[in-house]
Amino acid sequence: MGKAIGQAIKRKEDPRLITGQAKYLDDIQLPGMVHAAVLRSPYAHAKINSIDTSEAESLPGVVGVFTGKDFADLNPLPCAWQAGGVNNNANTPRTLEIDKVTFTGAGVAVVVAESRYIAEDALALIHVDYEVLPVVVDAKKATEPGAPQLHENAPNNICMEWSCGDEAATDQALADADVVIKQSLRNQRLIPTPMEPRGAIGVFSPVAEDYTVYMTSQAPHVMRLLMTAFVFGIPENKLRCISPQVGGGFGAKIFLYPEYCMVAAVSKKLGGLPVKWMETRRENYIATTHGRDHVTEFEVAAKNDGTITGLKVETYANLGGTLSTIAGGIPTTLYGRLLSGVYKFPNIYCKVYGTYTNTGMVDAYRGAGRPEASYLVERAIDLVAQKLNMDPAEVRRVNYIPPEAFPYAPASNILNGLKYDSGEYEGALNKALELVDYKNLRQEQAAAREAGRLMGIGFSSYVEICGVAPSAWIGLNGEGWGAGLWESANVRVHLTGQVVVTTGSQSHGQGHETTMAQIAADLLGMDVADVRVEHSDTLGTPFGYGTYGSRSAAVGGVAIHNSVQKIIEKAKKIGAHMLEAAPEDVTFEDGKVFVKGSPDKAKTIQEVALAAAVAYDLPEGTEPFLDDTTYYDPPNCTYPFGTHVCIVEVDKDTGHVAIKRYLAVDDVGKKINPLIVDGQIHGGVVQGLAQGLWEGAVYDDNGQLVSGSLMDYALPKAHFLPMIETDSTETPSPVNPLGIKGAGEAGTIASAQAVVNAVVDALAPYGITHLDMPLTSQKVWEAIHSSGNGRE
Amino acid sequence: MYPAKFDYYRAASVQEAIQLLQDHEDAKLLAGGHSLIPAMKLRLAQPPAIIDIGRIAELKGVSHDNGSIKIGALTVHADVAASNVLKSNCPLLAEAASNVGDRQVRHKGTIGGNIAHADPASDMPAAILALGGTIHLIGPSGSRQVAAADFFIDLLATDLHEDELLTAIEVPAQSGKTGSCYLKFEHPASGYAVCGAAAVVTLNDDGACAGASLCFNGVTATPHNASAVTDALVGQALDDAAIDKAVDANLSISDPMGDMHASGPYRIELAKTFAKRALKLARDRA
Repeated sequence: MGKAIGQAIKRKEDPRLITGQAKYLDDIQLPGMVHAAVLRSPYAHAKINSIDTSEAESLPGVVGVFTGKDFADLNPLPCAWQAGGVNNNANTPRTLEIDKVTFTGAGVAVVVAESRYIAEDALALIHVDYEVLPVVVDAKKATEPGAPQLHENAPNNICMEWSCGDEAATDQALADADVVIKQSLRNQRLIPTPMEPRGAIGVFSPVAEDYTVYMTSQAPHVMRLLMTAFVFGIPENKLRCISPQVGGGFGAKIFLYPEYCMVAAVSKKLGGLPVKWMETRRENYIATTHGRDHVTEFEVAAKNDGTITGLKVETYANLGGTLSTIAGGIPTTLYGRLLSGVYKFPNIYCKVYGTYTNTGMVDAYRGAGRPEASYLVERAIDLVAQKLNMDPAEVRRVNYIPPEAFPYAPASNILNGLKYDSGEYEGALNKALELVDYKNLRQEQAAAREAGRLMGIGFSSYVEICGVAPSAWIGLNGEGWGAGLWESANVRVHLTGQVVVTTGSQSHGQGHETTMAQIAADLLGMDVADVRVEHSDTLGTPFGYGTYGSRSAAVGGVAIHNSVQKIIEKAKKIGAHMLEAAPEDVTFEDGKVFVKGSPDKAKTIQEVALAAAVAYDLPEGTEPFLDDTTYYDPPNCTYPFGTHVCIVEVDKDTGHVAIKRYLAVDDVGKKINPLIVDGQIHGGVVQGLAQGLWEGAVYDDNGQLVSGSLMDYALPKAHFLPMIETDSTETPSPVNPLGIKGAGEAGTIASAQAVVNAVVDALAPYGITHLDMPLTSQKVWEAIHSSGNGRE
Repeated sequence: MYPAKFDYYRAASVQEAIQLLQDHEDAKLLAGGHSLIPAMKLRLAQPPAIIDIGRIAELKGVSHDNGSIKIGALTVHADVAASNVLKSNCPLLAEAASNVGDRQVRHKGTIGGNIAHADPASDMPAAILALGGTIHLIGPSGSRQVAAADFFIDLLATDLHEDELLTAIEVPAQSGKTGSCYLKFEHPASGYAVCGAAAVVTLNDDGACAGASLCFNGVTATPHNASAVTDALVGQALDDAAIDKAVDANLSISDPMGDMHASGPYRIELAKTFAKRALKLARDRA
């Protein structure tokens, strides 16, 4: 290793971001551009009898009005991840809906006008004759007899039925256990809320007969693949996708959305006029994907010493009115198979029903399935601790997978023989206990209780599947998405010695331009400033699957590593020639090629790059230029882990929960840039705490989104939070040569249950064992005052 | 996020604003714009004309005259919160203003716009009511003054007529051994008051209660004056037990508002707790 990896340097991206120079989608103005506004269904479930657009068309400034029938030649959007039999009844959105709508906010018509204001005025002049149908919004109620039916091919609204683990063995474990605890819980629906909503600009070229689409996407290459192969039925070289500066995604910008297809198709109908559509916040809330939304019952079996012997789970996962791109994989592969957590549970069985309801689409949201699993497991641990009157830290300790058990195959069966790579779970717990001074903390809690104050301490030990990649895993027929998930990188050392890295992944806040430059600079012995990272344009970058699942460093970063290794080999060959030495006698260190033992007489990588580029004196048979591309498909995922501790105080008169302290001890393997890792952990922790205490998407019985704006949806604010304390242990991943595990989702996967466990701990004197998220002040107050020990 | 079409007029004086209001039916006055513009962006409000009064200098600023403090309608919340005149003579108003929105909102939103809009969850109405404030209005037939108690009629509805302009808020300067406080239970999404309690307590030389007032934002459609509680306190020695007892026995609120975060009955429970806390803090500050 050189000197760049591991440095907490500031991000190369930041100057342009904080001075307002970054160009987001809405900053892009193209000559002749027109503006689109989408008419969205005000009903959650309705047949479309007819649409009259004539009045809208006659409004001055309107360029065109289109309905679903105008795009009947385009296929419905694909559902790529088909777990649990989804392929039999995938009902996906169309560019615009034609016959019916199954959620409030589904697009039924589009107006294109000289300005967005005119387009919005014209929306009010479109007359749609809807036949309103009955509505169901709850994942479990949708499967009950008499529930409104959304799709003919999905009886009882069941989209998929999936299971993992061993049911008979788990039932036996429940029968044999000293204690069995049964608990129902909800993992509520969340709205991702990136700071920048979605948007797209479509440009059709009548001459080349191809399309360019600018889009706020986390995965432009995948968008090109899905739009061309599945929706438009054209070769991929007929579409270029560009993601400009993207302002946050949290998963919601992974997916293919109707509007991305719409702007391209409308531009073609308008003879190539560039068509811009930029989402409003209201649209973002009703028409962009949501996350989570599980209704679950589980049973956990344990011995009297706290050893857990079995976990049986039944989950109804709400998938919304239609299926988003990878909806099927989230509550299955990324949830059920994670239910062992950091523990050696010998028996696990999980059954999942994915159901259609009259609500917005649900898909991956930061953590995607793994927070849901981790929340359940960590609540189960605390329930066992409470039942057995044991310290929750101790119950965790007796159940951890020990370090010598790695590689470890959990009973939930990760799929295709994959095993947890490495872990030292008790080490993270011990460090956390030491940092919070646990013994004193419990004494402080006892004193607080004496004084009538409700203090609580909550733990969360987690493991996540990160570096989402191995094609043999995710591509697996029957459960996977029938495609690969490798990553790519091209590295070029130009004749001036400046390096350009192009990656197929996409940066929307992660800091790739810094961390990926650190990897290349480190290995090449160069300054980070001399490495430029390019991404997010399908023209000029190698195919890559994009950024999500904490995969860009652990997969894309390794592709850069491998390209640089190949370049170094070539540089050694050329350098040896320049030094008039035999190739086998030279070595490459600190950016220089030299004969082993004679570092004084060396050729720098910059000198070698110049020689390689001008190329008039190269060893025989050597191609010019230092340039290499790698397609990297790792043998396994990576498995970051850690323990978080949350300390709260509950105001018993109001139910308000104050987070007094939050400590995260994370093991993300080797860190490329500790400053960026810290930022990722902070942001992730806040998103999880927000699920624990504040956020929740609520639909009423008519399928209207009650939490439809930031006046109602409780996004966290800085003053809600204490300064988050971070620390780490480092267990390098053996999966890749950089030892990287990934950090993007760790905070979110860990934190919701840490705060919930803390609040339940605070309320333990009232006999309270569980409360469903979000733990709003009212919910906590009611729990206290209906417990029989409260004020009433 | 794209308002419907409207005409824009800028008034250079109060008289011009009144004339413009008469000339343009259904026109809306624009001051700081922090209530009107969000509603227009969502097309919940589609006024055909906007009359911008934001640059009328005579409507800005805080003045103190003979025991009475007048705050011009266009004074922004940040200036109310930072006013030394108010901090010395009527700290309740400054404290309530410091609770409005966030820093950006406080530098654009005005006290007059806030009161005229009469959002029941806003921070200012209860404070002005608790202080026994007076609202100054002017229209084509001249100016008039309305007591805060008579001004707030219903949810987003006031005694301000369509052809009138709110010019100032007047509150008495605090005298004697008086303490006050504004305590707020913040809505987790909007930051508005789920329950905001404004309390004023004046003590006699012997420490007994000479007078008190207690009003709430966020609980009911108009600010609620808990006069039965404060009436019961007058003449009492204000120890904690007396305050608790007066609140428990006398606080009665009907028709509370509710939403997905806080139901009506819960808001009433919050009001009980905040009544006690606010009265005790006001007493301690007296």
